[in-house]
Amino acid sequence: MSSYQFDLSIITNGKFAQMLVDGLITTIQLSSVSCVLAFIIGLNIAVMRLTSFTPIRIFAQCYLEFFRNTPLIVQLFFWYFGSFQILPTFINDWLNNLNFEFAAAVIALTFYTSAFIAEDIRSGILAIPKEQMEASRSSGFSYIRSMHYIILPQAVRLTIPPLINQFLNLAKNSSMAMVIGVGELTYQARQIESQSFKSFEAFFAATFIYVCISFIISGIINIYDKKVLNPMGKGTH
Amino acid sequence: MESIFDFSVISNNFLQFMIGRYPNGPLGGLALTLILAFISVILSIIFGLILGLLCISRNSFIRIPVSFFVNLIRAMPLLMVIFWMFFLLPALTGGKFPENGTVVFALTIFTSCYISQIVKAGIASIPKGQTEASISSGLTYWQTMRYVVLPQGLRNMIPSFVNQFVSLIKDTSLGYIVGVSELTQVAQQINNRTQNYAAEIFIFLAIIYFIICFAFTTLSRWLEKNLAWRKSI
Repeated sequence: MSSYQFDLSIITNGKFAQMLVDGLITTIQLSSVSCVLAFIIGLNIAVMRLTSFTPIRIFAQCYLEFFRNTPLIVQLFFWYFGSFQILPTFINDWLNNLNFEFAAAVIALTFYTSAFIAEDIRSGILAIPKEQMEASRSSGFSYIRSMHYIILPQAVRLTIPPLINQFLNLAKNSSMAMVIGVGELTYQARQIESQSFKSFEAFFAATFIYVCISFIISGIINIYDKKVLNPMGKGTH
Repeated sequence: MESIFDFSVISNNFLQFMIGRYPNGPLGGLALTLILAFISVILSIIFGLILGLLCISRNSFIRIPVSFFVNLIRAMPLLMVIFWMFFLLPALTGGKFPENGTVVFALTIFTSCYISQIVKAGIASIPKGQTEASISSGLTYWQTMRYVVLPQGLRNMIPSFVNQFVSLIKDTSLGYIVGVSELTQVAQQINNRTQNYAAEIFIFLAIIYFIICFAFTTLSRWLEKNLAWRKSI
């Protein structure tokens, strides 16, 4: 077996470097858009999961269980291949005018991640003492308003580290969008590999970028934990 | 009103979903998914336990490199680990490496790093007084681990291991990318062959995964709630 020449210069400049940068940008776009949408849905599902109105609570529970117990790749395939049959024609036309691969990936990642975010927010809400809800209800706030003005502002503050962590998971999970042809980082690494036959360099570069993203995000979580949640250095929240 | 779904495609291909082309070809489908997940979870628990113990070793020449490796793998997407194995294993063994083996390798490396963190937390949950007591009774560090800490810690970890098994069942679907004929790959083949039934096929696929994963999630919750020995610690 001939020895393999490991040559990083092939991916540090020229066409392949540009492909990696494009991939990184797509990964960040995909994760950011999905993260914002997943946060909005997750917040609503978390509140629905905690209401005393049974049909809504059961709906939220089914939603959570379904999206958490199905592989992301199956959900990606469903939205990419199967949504044509289900969605009305005008939505299909609209999605086709956008970048359909990207849209399908955003939809799948949003639903999948929203279930995990909802659980994080729910534990944030449960960490707020029950008396606060009782006090605001007896001061005349409705359930929704108590949530909005009293409970959620505090719960979200506690939930920020797990939420940032979910963003990290999203950045990693977005690598699966390559199966439906979204040009994110893993997809670009695969392209570089098939065009140059330099598989180790291509995957080394992509891995390096993912590891950098992870370490930066973990660093942010640590700083937030220390400076904001725990400024006096007393125990954990 | 005419239904938009036609689920006959499922009943016509049901056997292929379950066992692939088994009697006439390699085993596939749901059976292969479960086998891959089961082998990987057993191997991952073994290696995860070893990695977890090395992560809390008092020898920093062991602890620091092992922790670095564990954090490195945890920072990578599973897909990257699978691709690395896909290229590395043939290069290291100098020949073709079977796809099923590649996926088991990748899943084991990936999951054992996550399990090592569970093991670390499980050991940390045992009160320190027990370790001190057993060391002052004359047991060595490893004997303390083996006879006092691990038997209690491991029991606490059982629900987390079940959760990891659920993750593994979901993660085997990535074997699709390197050509393992597990459930997702079979569904994609049927989708390519029949063309017009994508929604039915992927809804059915999601339901199968859901039933299996939900059953194990429920089991892990039941274990967490109902096992009396958890309360005794």
